[in-house]
Amino acid sequence: MKTGARLLIEGLQREGAETIFGYPGGSVLPIYDELYDTPIRHILVRHEQAAAHAADGYARASGRVGVCLATSGPGACNLVTGIATAYMDSVPMVAITGQVPTSMLGNDAFQESDITGITMPITKHNYLVKHAGDLPQVVRDAFYIAGTGRQGPVLIDIPKDVMTAQLEETPLVGTARLRGYQPTYEGHALQIEKAVGLITEADRPILYVGGGVIASGASGEVRRLAELMLIPITTTLMGLGAVPCDHPLNLGMIGMHGTEAANYAVTECDLLIAVGVRFDDRVTGKIDAFAPNARIIHIDIDPAEIGKNRPVDVPIVGDATSVLQGVIRRLVRKDGRDGWLDRVRRWKESGIAGGEASDALSPAYIIREMSDLLGETGIIVTEVGQNQMWAAQHYCFRRPRTWISSGGLGTMGYGFPAAIGAHFARPEETVVDVAGDGSFQMNIQELGTVVQYDVPVKVVILNNMYLGMVRQWQELFYDRRYSYTELPPVDFVGIARAYGVDGMQVEEKADVRTALKTAFETEGPFVLDFRIEREANVFPMVPAGAAINEMIGRRQG
Amino acid sequence: MKAHTLQVLVENRAGVLSRVAGLFSRRGFNIESLTVGTCEEPGMSRMTIVVLGDDAEVEQVKKQLNKLIDVIKVSDITERSTVDRELALIKVSADTGDSRAEVMQIANIFRAQIIDVGTRSVILEVTGDTEKIDALEILLRQYGIKEFVRTGKIALLRGSKGTKGQK
Ligand SMILES: Cc1ncc(C[n+]2csc(CCOP(=O)(O)OP(=O)(O)O)c2C)c(N)n1
Ligand SMILES: [Mg+2]
Repeated sequence: MKTGARLLIEGLQREGAETIFGYPGGSVLPIYDELYDTPIRHILVRHEQAAAHAADGYARASGRVGVCLATSGPGACNLVTGIATAYMDSVPMVAITGQVPTSMLGNDAFQESDITGITMPITKHNYLVKHAGDLPQVVRDAFYIAGTGRQGPVLIDIPKDVMTAQLEETPLVGTARLRGYQPTYEGHALQIEKAVGLITEADRPILYVGGGVIASGASGEVRRLAELMLIPITTTLMGLGAVPCDHPLNLGMIGMHGTEAANYAVTECDLLIAVGVRFDDRVTGKIDAFAPNARIIHIDIDPAEIGKNRPVDVPIVGDATSVLQGVIRRLVRKDGRDGWLDRVRRWKESGIAGGEASDALSPAYIIREMSDLLGETGIIVTEVGQNQMWAAQHYCFRRPRTWISSGGLGTMGYGFPAAIGAHFARPEETVVDVAGDGSFQMNIQELGTVVQYDVPVKVVILNNMYLGMVRQWQELFYDRRYSYTELPPVDFVGIARAYGVDGMQVEEKADVRTALKTAFETEGPFVLDFRIEREANVFPMVPAGAAINEMIGRRQG
Repeated sequence: MKAHTLQVLVENRAGVLSRVAGLFSRRGFNIESLTVGTCEEPGMSRMTIVVLGDDAEVEQVKKQLNKLIDVIKVSDITERSTVDRELALIKVSADTGDSRAEVMQIANIFRAQIIDVGTRSVILEVTGDTEKIDALEILLRQYGIKEFVRTGKIALLRGSKGTKGQK
């Protein structure tokens, strides 16, 4: 005899889930009772939102499916922001929620919420399991859906009586049986042929690569294509780390806070090779002025992204790695684009000459020192706002999956719990949460989790005592009317200490390096509260609705 | 904007209708009509959806529908040779002898059945393509339409070809 809860746990083990993040409650007691003596490690967070973000960070750092667990009603609802965050960034995740017993479904029972209804638009798929015997196959299918094709979150909602139901026989589990879901991995040969033709003909090609390249593990292919045909590369925010920042062909990030080189080059290119990207508005700015003279090759595993925001000349549905391999195999090296490469190089050089060195404690300086100290190691997770953009601009990413940030949803409070998840996926790495004072306070309670499990995450707060990114927009576009964006000072080190975490407040530029070193050399978690220039801005910047070559401001030193 | 007819084969599971309907409202697609019912395949249902939009929009609709795990196949049958039908029930005022006779005459021409006769109104049942039902509605307006309900379009490809199978 086996219970539904037992079948669920066996299913999780069968899928290789070794760490899950969760928070208990009445409707999931049978699952927690099973967890009590299984080899699956369960991390007790302090808020269900953090469970979802931690599962997400775990998935992004490892490439495996992250798992979170919550009780019905409020527990399930607290997962919602985390699920939406994962959905927008195509992160593989399985979220498991308890539900009121089947006999009470739809009756507004205590702690009932229609979580499958609520999460329908923010999951790749979801299940309300009504029979314990279905659980093994549902778990198999859920992991398969979450982790294949364009990845994403899948939710499994399990009523309490389904968890406690006793089954005489253990149902057999087959391979995932989904007649309505067959992702395409191989690119169409004819389309690949056409792409090869365009790449060979082009005079001013650019590679525009994003999160799909990281998800597919296609960094090597992107680099090989770029080096073979001498094509400059720009990455989206989600694509950071796909190509080393200091690779000679890498122009840096594109978009609203992208580099001049990337934004100018895309505006002037005659061929845009878009790989694993979705022409997001934060990237394209005014869409009609985005790569206006270019023919476009768009490679993506999700057919619905191709042609969604911009018509393309050569659509290729498939996995980035396999499609790029096909393209590279058919290409013959081409030189003679010196003029284009020279132009791009000049943009790149003039963009780097940043502001003059000052004694102020600038966020850029902190990030660069951190980059220098961590070198080839380290995973950088971020919150949202200026802190996120400074980290993106000034840290030198060299490897895929070392940059973890909420791109599509822009979720404040994401970074700290996601950093905890990243640690469990890659315990050998130094994991840093680059935080804002506002964002950190959205999930600051996870200091408790960090202490309980001795998670050596380093929190680097770029503390400007403002909701800085919003303040920046108020400064630039609302006549400096700082409406409700000032935050009173908080003694973050004091809070950390109260939880049992060590920390340090830093006010002088001269102390930055020692402080960072202390944090990195400390064995456990550490909180660094950097009191930065309060009104530093993120530049360059493309104002909302402008073309991406209409940037204001220069990169600040 | 043009009306496109999509035939969508879906898993016959709880929630599938709200997944499809939710997708339309969330992405701002215009639905003209949607019908759903079981079909010849066990465990599947067939939906006929009429959407308004230009070709690019409808292409997006198709791709988004295909992303739903419970959607097995989407076919745009707008430009193909189909038979399509709607059923309508129309309650028309007919209190004078003259109007009653006229309504019955019109019903006759449209091959509509009178399925209920009251002292002051009659109910007509008519099947046909969308245009026929629209035409009948317009003709009956002068007598006073009290209530009007229609099923929305269902359609099948002509000949032995079908829209079954894998997507
Ligand atoms: C949950 C959530 N609420 C509101 C916002 C809008 N928002 C974007 S950036 C930002 C300010 C963030 O402040 P802080 O964390 O201090 O970062 P800073 O910009 O100062 O570096 C706000 C409020 C958001 N992205 N997420
Ligand atoms: Mg701030």
